[in-house]
Amino acid sequence: MSELHLLSTQQLITGLQDKQFSSLELTDHYIKRINALDSKINSFITHTSETARTQAKAADEMRVQGDKRPLLGVPMAHKDIFCTQGVLTTCGSKMLHNFISPYDATIVTNIDKAGMISLGKLNMDEFAMGSDNESSYYGAVHNPWNIGHVPGGSSGGSAAAVAAGFVPVATGSDTGGSIRQPASFCGLTGIKPTYGRVSRFGMIAYASSLDQAGSMGRSAMDCAYLLQPMIGHDPRDATSIKYDMPDYVQDLNDAAASAGDKPFAGLRIGVAKEYFSKGLDTEVEQAARAALKKYEELGATIVEVTITDPEITLATYYMLAPAEASSNLSRFDGVRFGYRCENPKDLIDLYTRSRSEGFGPEVQRRILSGTYALSAGYFDAYYIKAQKVRRLIVKDFEDAFANCDVIASPTAPTAAYKLGEDLDPATMYLGDVYTIGVNLAGLPALSQPVGLTSAGLPIGLQLIGQYWQESKLLSTAHLFQQHTDHHLQHSTIAKETV
Amino acid sequence: MNTAPTTDNNAVRKHDVRPELFVDGYEVVIGIEIHCQLNTESKIFSSAPTDFGHEPNTQASIVDLGLPGVLPVLNAGVVDRALKFGIGVNAELGLFNTFDRKNYFYPDLPKGYQITQMANPIVGEGYIDVVVNEGEKNEYPKRMGITRAHLEEDAGKSVHDAVDGMTGVDLNRAGTPLIEIVSEPDMRSAHEALAYIKAIHQLVTWLGISDAIMAEGSFRCDCNVSIRKPGAELGTRTELKNLNSFRFIERAINREIERQIDILEDGGKVVQATMLYDPERDETRVMRTKEDANDYRYFPDPDLLPVRIEQLTVDSIRAAMPELPVARRARFEEALGLSEYDARILTGSRQIADYFEDVVAEIDQQDAKMAANWVMGDLLGALNKDDKDIIDSPISAKQLAGMLARIKDDTLSGKLAKKVFGALYERAGGDADDAADKIIEEKGLKQETDTGAIKAIVEEVIAKNTAMVEEYRGGKEKAFNGLVGQVMKASRGSANPQQVNQILKELLD
Repeated sequence: MSELHLLSTQQLITGLQDKQFSSLELTDHYIKRINALDSKINSFITHTSETARTQAKAADEMRVQGDKRPLLGVPMAHKDIFCTQGVLTTCGSKMLHNFISPYDATIVTNIDKAGMISLGKLNMDEFAMGSDNESSYYGAVHNPWNIGHVPGGSSGGSAAAVAAGFVPVATGSDTGGSIRQPASFCGLTGIKPTYGRVSRFGMIAYASSLDQAGSMGRSAMDCAYLLQPMIGHDPRDATSIKYDMPDYVQDLNDAAASAGDKPFAGLRIGVAKEYFSKGLDTEVEQAARAALKKYEELGATIVEVTITDPEITLATYYMLAPAEASSNLSRFDGVRFGYRCENPKDLIDLYTRSRSEGFGPEVQRRILSGTYALSAGYFDAYYIKAQKVRRLIVKDFEDAFANCDVIASPTAPTAAYKLGEDLDPATMYLGDVYTIGVNLAGLPALSQPVGLTSAGLPIGLQLIGQYWQESKLLSTAHLFQQHTDHHLQHSTIAKETV
Repeated sequence: MNTAPTTDNNAVRKHDVRPELFVDGYEVVIGIEIHCQLNTESKIFSSAPTDFGHEPNTQASIVDLGLPGVLPVLNAGVVDRALKFGIGVNAELGLFNTFDRKNYFYPDLPKGYQITQMANPIVGEGYIDVVVNEGEKNEYPKRMGITRAHLEEDAGKSVHDAVDGMTGVDLNRAGTPLIEIVSEPDMRSAHEALAYIKAIHQLVTWLGISDAIMAEGSFRCDCNVSIRKPGAELGTRTELKNLNSFRFIERAINREIERQIDILEDGGKVVQATMLYDPERDETRVMRTKEDANDYRYFPDPDLLPVRIEQLTVDSIRAAMPELPVARRARFEEALGLSEYDARILTGSRQIADYFEDVVAEIDQQDAKMAANWVMGDLLGALNKDDKDIIDSPISAKQLAGMLARIKDDTLSGKLAKKVFGALYERAGGDADDAADKIIEEKGLKQETDTGAIKAIVEEVIAKNTAMVEEYRGGKEKAFNGLVGQVMKASRGSANPQQVNQILKELLD
């Protein structure tokens, strides 16, 4: 049974249905791997192995009784940004080192309802702020392809856990690229859906107008499977939108069934020179261009489009996201839950020390810059100006989509950097340069693996779609994956048997 | 839409200057902010109940507690109520309104920000007509401007005496919907301020959008007070916070006016500050000055979408609006022939007005004055004595109307009617609409109008009281009343007094 973790989600579902293995066997297989190997990766903050085994047994019984839910008994794990009732939810921060949520996030409930089994809570950059997973209070996560490298962030634990073969799929959240960049660094497919597609209720907020939950897996089809139960209107989230409910898995199967030799005939892929700009690593550029060439071979047309200068987009993001964060993180004040400093002198001391001691440096940096951007006298010059630029970014995307169906770019300018590489914040922020425009516009986008560097580290290609077109994005990646094998490569850790 | 805060001293509108209101030669300028809780069953952004008076932290959901990850969802009932208010004060409505965050740290503010409306409030400029010194010789009407009214969530409460040496936090009130009503700085005296506050209080209860119980904090006022020499630029204002009784409002404002005058007369300068009124020492005190004011860092709340209100919604709310107090008063005077005084008392609250109209609906409109007397005098008097509201009246409008009908058809004399009323109030007739008739029947309170029967009693009285008869015949008019009294007594109050008079006269003269 040592190969179970190398199976796709579809293969796991079939295996469970055909009784090749039980959910309990599958769950135990993953638990065994986590116990043996996660000390090298540090992808989990909290294990829920015992509950998972109980649920797996129950799932097996339900299956016997005729329960036909496809995901019944399939393991997964949640990024620790999602509130889970009765289970520690830390958001990667000392501030919430003791926070047991009394409620489940909507997506947690939905994934539960689909019959999936959660193996635990995954490591992440503190409050989802970071691109390397080094800002977690629970320590850095290591890249399963090369443990000397970062897995990317902020959903670094999610990416690493999937890439290491600890879970077949995992949830993530994406505020400026936090699903796509770690997917790229860990050789996975990861999708950030349209803003409003997935409920944010119970997802600890970083920047509310940009945050969106999504799924990560080893293929587009794996992502489709996990994304399916996550989507839908939630009356508890005012920004969640009522919209047609697609069946992603069906859509992907239909697309594959109707594809001929040239599955991408008629597909116009927009390529912007702004997304192949300075700072782009040569190997990354080559792999991205090779992937685009493959798309062309398979029938797609490459068209040139123009989008907003990424440096302007980057500046806009780092104005707006911290502004929202400074307000969203005000509730962590040491009064009602989470970390409280010892023996506060008075109320101000309670606030000041609880927040100074509970938040790490990156979070404090963003709270301060966001507070500054919103403060009297600077609000118009920074926040309001950034909101205006945001509108222009949206418009640029709209104009670009007048000429193409999807936009393609490298996901990140480089492959995974070395752990402990002391990047200054501004340089680190550049890692988000191709991904954040999508969040500012609220568009869906995914990252898919398109090759490895000479050092054996994965490279990702980003596909950006129009609003609500997750199916289009996923099937574009899925058809590509039907004709290529980048997504079938396994990380060093995944290849280890226990 | 005008978004200028009321405290913008340049926003004063043209005014009739009333020199009689000047205090020591200073003109007083007052602007008022009223925080009024809206009476929805659940909170503005959560489904937790809004009931008052429960154990601490039992009426707060995870949303009100500001737990990580929770999100606000707007309660539609709050929007309807705010629109009613806007229509009630003749305001421009914010058909596109948005929510903003006001950021500051306080233990009873769970999220570290309050959700409010800064840039695009739901109610824009409007006005309300009030009568200052109403009922007094020096009463006069005045139109008070309203700058805006916006929706926001209430904060929780810090509890300082529940836990020894510590401060507790009760979040039951957190998330209770508020409408903050901001006036123009149009008030020129404490009396004008009070008249305005009472008018708003009456309006919100009349519209049924708020319980507006000051003692429970569901209706709270902040008054911005400044003084100036007539015609001069506006002076520096101070803000009197959290005034929660009509009595204290007037006193607090007057104390603050005196304090400011003293400062200026001593050659000093009024410092912009937030003031507290101490009713025990009857003085205002500085709570904080502008120097320690927060930078609230307002910005649009990204968790809430803008509210777009259809004209259709406004139209249907407008169509369902109750007749407002001023209009109803005018109608009572014109259509029912009531005096200004009566009409004012009977429109003191919507419940009183409704009750009165229910009574009138059952009787002849020409008898409205009689109905008014009974409602205002006996009923409100009795209720007032028992500290009851008219909605808790033991006598229904139909029952009262039934009693009035018996007065009208001479079944009851005034005196008997008082007895019947008393019995009705004690609920002797039960719930039945004809309770008055039952009481009359059971207690034999029917007025005697049979001439023969009365004559028999009169003759008996004359025979038994020869001395009194002699006195009367000897020219003592007073003795006549004594005889009438004896007849009434003999009939146990049931004889029709007019008939008694008439028959007695006939037999004696």
